[in-house]
Amino acid sequence: MTDKKQEVWVFIEQREGKPADVSFELLSKGRKLAESLKGELKAVVIGHDLQDLAVETFRYGATEALLVDHPELEHYSTLPYSRIMSQLVDAHQPRIVLFGASFIGRDLAPRVASHTLSGLTADCTDLQISDVTYLRKDYPELLLQIRPAFGGNIIATIICPDSEVQMATVREGVMEKIPLAQPIDGTVTQVSYTPDEVDHLVRIIERHHEDAKVNLKAAPIIVSGGYGMGNFQNFQILYDLAHVIGGEVAGTRAAVDAGFIDHERQVGQTGVTVRPKLYIACGISGAIQHRAGMSDSNKIIAINDDPEAPIFSVCHYGIVGDVMEVIPMLIDAYKHKLK
Amino acid sequence: MSYHSIVMVKQVPDTANISGQVMKPDGTVNRSKLPTVFNPEDKVALELALQLRDRYGGTVRVVTMGPLKASDLLRDCLYMGADEAVLVSDRKFAGADTLATSYVLAETLRKLAPYDVIFAGRQAIDGDTAQVGPQTAEKLGLPQITYAEEILEAKDRTITVKRKIDNGFEVLEGKLPLLITVVKDAATPRPFRAKRVMAYKNARTLLEIEKMADANSLLYVDQLKDDYVSKGLFIPTLTADDLDIEVARCGLGGSPTKVHKIESVVLGGSTHETIPATKDGMYGLIDKLMDDHIFG
Ligand SMILES: Cc1cc2nc3c(=O)[nH]c(=O)nc-3n(C[C@H](O)[C@H](O)[C@H](O)COP(=O)(O)OP(=O)(O)OC[C@H]3O[C@@H](n4cnc5c(N)ncnc54)[C@H](O)[C@@H]3O)c2cc1C
Ligand SMILES: Cc1cc2nc3c(=O)[nH]c(=O)nc-3n(C[C@H](O)[C@H](O)[C@H](O)COP(=O)(O)OP(=O)(O)OC[C@H]3O[C@@H](n4cnc5c(N)ncnc54)[C@H](O)[C@@H]3O)c2cc1C
Repeated sequence: MTDKKQEVWVFIEQREGKPADVSFELLSKGRKLAESLKGELKAVVIGHDLQDLAVETFRYGATEALLVDHPELEHYSTLPYSRIMSQLVDAHQPRIVLFGASFIGRDLAPRVASHTLSGLTADCTDLQISDVTYLRKDYPELLLQIRPAFGGNIIATIICPDSEVQMATVREGVMEKIPLAQPIDGTVTQVSYTPDEVDHLVRIIERHHEDAKVNLKAAPIIVSGGYGMGNFQNFQILYDLAHVIGGEVAGTRAAVDAGFIDHERQVGQTGVTVRPKLYIACGISGAIQHRAGMSDSNKIIAINDDPEAPIFSVCHYGIVGDVMEVIPMLIDAYKHKLK
Repeated sequence: MSYHSIVMVKQVPDTANISGQVMKPDGTVNRSKLPTVFNPEDKVALELALQLRDRYGGTVRVVTMGPLKASDLLRDCLYMGADEAVLVSDRKFAGADTLATSYVLAETLRKLAPYDVIFAGRQAIDGDTAQVGPQTAEKLGLPQITYAEEILEAKDRTITVKRKIDNGFEVLEGKLPLLITVVKDAATPRPFRAKRVMAYKNARTLLEIEKMADANSLLYVDQLKDDYVSKGLFIPTLTADDLDIEVARCGLGGSPTKVHKIESVVLGGSTHETIPATKDGMYGLIDKLMDDHIFG
């Protein structure tokens, strides 16, 4: 490795100029990684009219924003974006490049990794810097990329010992977004872009995109229901509880599949990852894929009529009982104590 | 106009029903210990390719990189309606990450050209990375449409596809040839056709034929192979020697990502506090949550 300062890059994802939360979450994590490496955090912003967004990255610790701004880049498109990103990576050889594990990130990152021959680890749940001994050789300051695989049955630590550039994707909500009290006095560096014929091989002819209706990640309290709620009608009692204590309602995949609740409110590996102050799991068995999305909650209450249910091993307060009896009692107790 | 498709298919361990002891000490998977299934989204991808052929004519080929056992998967594809199946197999390809996998697949596809559409599943249920499709497209310099939900139309040299995005969808028009990755709800795979099962249940890959010859000194590989070819039951197998590849870019050695450590997920010991399911229990719980500064 050269004397050059090690760089950590984050690809800043946006739609209609609105940045994705995951990008700021990654900057916050990237800042810590850059500190461990005594290196620098940089943001790559691609799109049109994004000067403000480039500056916003300084609030999350970027010291420089590489801005590629062009009317033809207004909407994400695989070929131009991956070409730009690949050329930047080839030219600057950052040590680490982070992408959201989103529709855009998962479309883009593999192409960039394939082009630059970098290791790419998908859906990391944690990233750390550590010295590693691998096959009896010592490697200083490698990126440990921790991710579930095999349908969540195993947790693997992936390293890229011999790769100059290592890349990772992380899902939204997995890392914490930590704005700085005082933004960095960073620089915006304009990078020029030359359109190419191949950029138009795929054209967008129609698009429908709504802002998410619910923001589970921001909810301080989540009342979550599983298949054990029994039916759609019983499930509605969770809205009563959420209304009284001031929370949002969520559910498991089994509850979504059964039609009790919409997919956008699914918590877990293939849904949203949440870490509220309080998570109340009602009639939820606690499958690994569900726990992956909620086990970092500050306090967890589990209500289940099976004392052996795995959810009890991740909860702080466990209630063995029938949800349809316990929840009304809980609502009454809250009203009595706090109203 | 008719279209020629190639579908990338993968045999995967049935991760919905997994037991321990599946990881080898070097961190790679001991696949022989696991029941295997047709990767669900690859089956959907094959269905879409077959529908394209039903609608416009053309051909559907399937290709997989995998061990001998992956021959089963290729027969399943023939039962569903694929015109031809190809196995890519070599010890040198073992332990590949997505970069090394896509390298071998891209070189294989180059060899199988020409084609109009390459189909892949969005993601395989073992590695769960969703990387192999786009990485292969990049290596072939092909445009891609990921997360395809529906093929709306193919016309001359373009294809129109509806794809999923977060909270919505896009309709994209792409110039052929291109690569499409397919999500689960895009189609329901057709069942195996009884007639095709009868026709192809004795189809064999070169690896299987070699194994038969190994087990019986009266049989010779070349003769057996000719026999299968003449009956239309030979499943071609490509090895490293058949492809124009650098061995250093294949398999474990060609993989920048290494599995350093594996932990199977076990539940932590239970240290929670039990709250009785009674009125008093609930009152006590509210008090505790007030102490925890969650309420009040
Ligand atoms: C690749 C993959 C990804 C997945 N992603 C997710 C994901 O993102 N999120 C997710 O949640 N799941 C996910 N799953 C599914 C997951 O494996 C479980 O199937 C699911 O979480 C189970 O949901 P559940 O707890 O609601 O249902 P169940 O497992 O059926 O549990 C119901 C529970 O309710 C209890 N119960 C029944 N009646 C009552 C009653 N009257 N009172 C109290 N308790 C009662 C039962 O004892 C039981 O424990 C995924 C699976 C796979 C394979
Ligand atoms: C615990 C663990 C973690 C891993 N993590 C990573 C990681 O983070 N990064 C990484 O690069 N590798 C990783 N790997 C290696 C990776 O699983 C393998 O390279 C695997 O062969 C391909 O990746 P996938 O299963 O994720 O496929 P995906 O990329 O999810 O597959 C997408 C599609 O590509 C096609 N496809 C994939 N493989 C084949 C094939 N062999 N033949 C034909 N078509 C195929 C199919 O259409 C499939 O639906 C990991 C392996 C293990 C055991």
